[in-house]
Amino acid sequence: MKGMTIIVKTIAGWVKVLIFLFGIYVVLFGDITPGGGFAGGVILASSYILLMLAFGREFVEKNLPQALALKLLCCGVLAFAAIALSGLFFGADGFFWNYIYQEWLAGKDVEFIKAGIIPLAELAIGLAVAASLFLVILNLSSFRSDISVDEKE
Amino acid sequence: MLIFYILLLFILIAAIIAVETKDLLSSVICIGAIGFGASIMFLFLRAPDIAITQIVVEVLGLIILIRATIRRDLTFISGDREFFGTVVSIVIIFTIGLAGLGLAVFQNLQDFGNPIFANVPDAASQEYISQGLAKTGAENLVASIILDFRAYDTLGETTVLFTTIIGALVILRKEGRKTLEGPDQ
Amino acid sequence: MLYALCFLLFMIGLYGAVVKKNMVKIVIGIMIMEYAVNLFLIMLGYRLGGKAPIVGEEDMAGAGGQVSDLFLNSSVDPLPQALVLTTIVICLGSLALMISICIRVHEKYGTFDITEIRRLKG
Repeated sequence: MKGMTIIVKTIAGWVKVLIFLFGIYVVLFGDITPGGGFAGGVILASSYILLMLAFGREFVEKNLPQALALKLLCCGVLAFAAIALSGLFFGADGFFWNYIYQEWLAGKDVEFIKAGIIPLAELAIGLAVAASLFLVILNLSSFRSDISVDEKE
Repeated sequence: MLIFYILLLFILIAAIIAVETKDLLSSVICIGAIGFGASIMFLFLRAPDIAITQIVVEVLGLIILIRATIRRDLTFISGDREFFGTVVSIVIIFTIGLAGLGLAVFQNLQDFGNPIFANVPDAASQEYISQGLAKTGAENLVASIILDFRAYDTLGETTVLFTTIIGALVILRKEGRKTLEGPDQ
Repeated sequence: MLYALCFLLFMIGLYGAVVKKNMVKIVIGIMIMEYAVNLFLIMLGYRLGGKAPIVGEEDMAGAGGQVSDLFLNSSVDPLPQALVLTTIVICLGSLALMISICIRVHEKYGTFDITEIRRLKG
């Protein structure tokens, strides 16, 4: 997949940073404002897809290689499972128990971790969803570019 | 209430055009219009999380569909299947039967605008709304449901998404398995 | 009446998935069915003149996190929204899987037409 003209490349470079920042905001504040892990993860993936459409596939492949994206996807899913299992060790009440809120923080007034397990799990889900959608569209675009090169001959 | 009828009519017309037209590019654009109309309808139905998720998912779905289907020689398609008579008649009978059953079901549903948990005093949503902030500390009640009260569903969803993406990556792999040339070693 | 229109949308998607000959049209029919089901589930939980299920400053009655009775009687149902939120992201994953199968079949047979795929023996 080739890139586009130089006007599109300049603007895409600036806008990509804003979209990425907005995606991180939607994931982090998922328990206070509407949004959450799923919507934020899709927004994070779409910032990289904007780069892919404007600059071409090889540029993004150098920026975030496929092996690293696979590792991030597995880290996200494993982190979610680890958060769920840690309820067994600390809370002693079962799988997926919100022990951070129930045991330590009920009634106190801290800022980020006020809802207990919920912001940490949203970070893990956002990472997993973003990495998976980026991988799928990277592979779809690479598949197409091989076919169109062959048809020209 | 009028706005719901107008939006649903827009979505229905876009769906009919998407299924019937002979040009693939037009039907992909109509899918985009359906998703956009659905997102505005979710905003009017007081569901802001769902509206954000629907619109970004629909944009990515459009990119996937356009990447896969725009070619130089493929945008015009011809006709329907052969067995035209039998297939369409089976479909019409099926549709009328389901529609008849459906209308009988719709008589028994609640009216629009009257959710089930308002009439049943021990519904689950009563506890989620009244105890959600006290038991989990999250102000967004939907986030407290998907990650604390019903967290097993989110675990299942993560597993399904992971499996689907790994399946798509395996199908799109460029190099195949090794060919069976050096056989007996 | 609104539920019946939503059901009609589902039937249009079913017609597209059963009768059409082109593989991409079948995928589009399945997508329309998924949109119809999501719309129907959220319409079930709507309350006329209701508020979104997010607790603000004025909805709390007293310290300790109890919500006021006014909020309890005027908010929409949050449970269908929680279920539909994960469904929409899974729909995107299944669309990617279906389109990757379509691309593979097109690469092998050269057409999107399912009747010709049955005839040509690769």
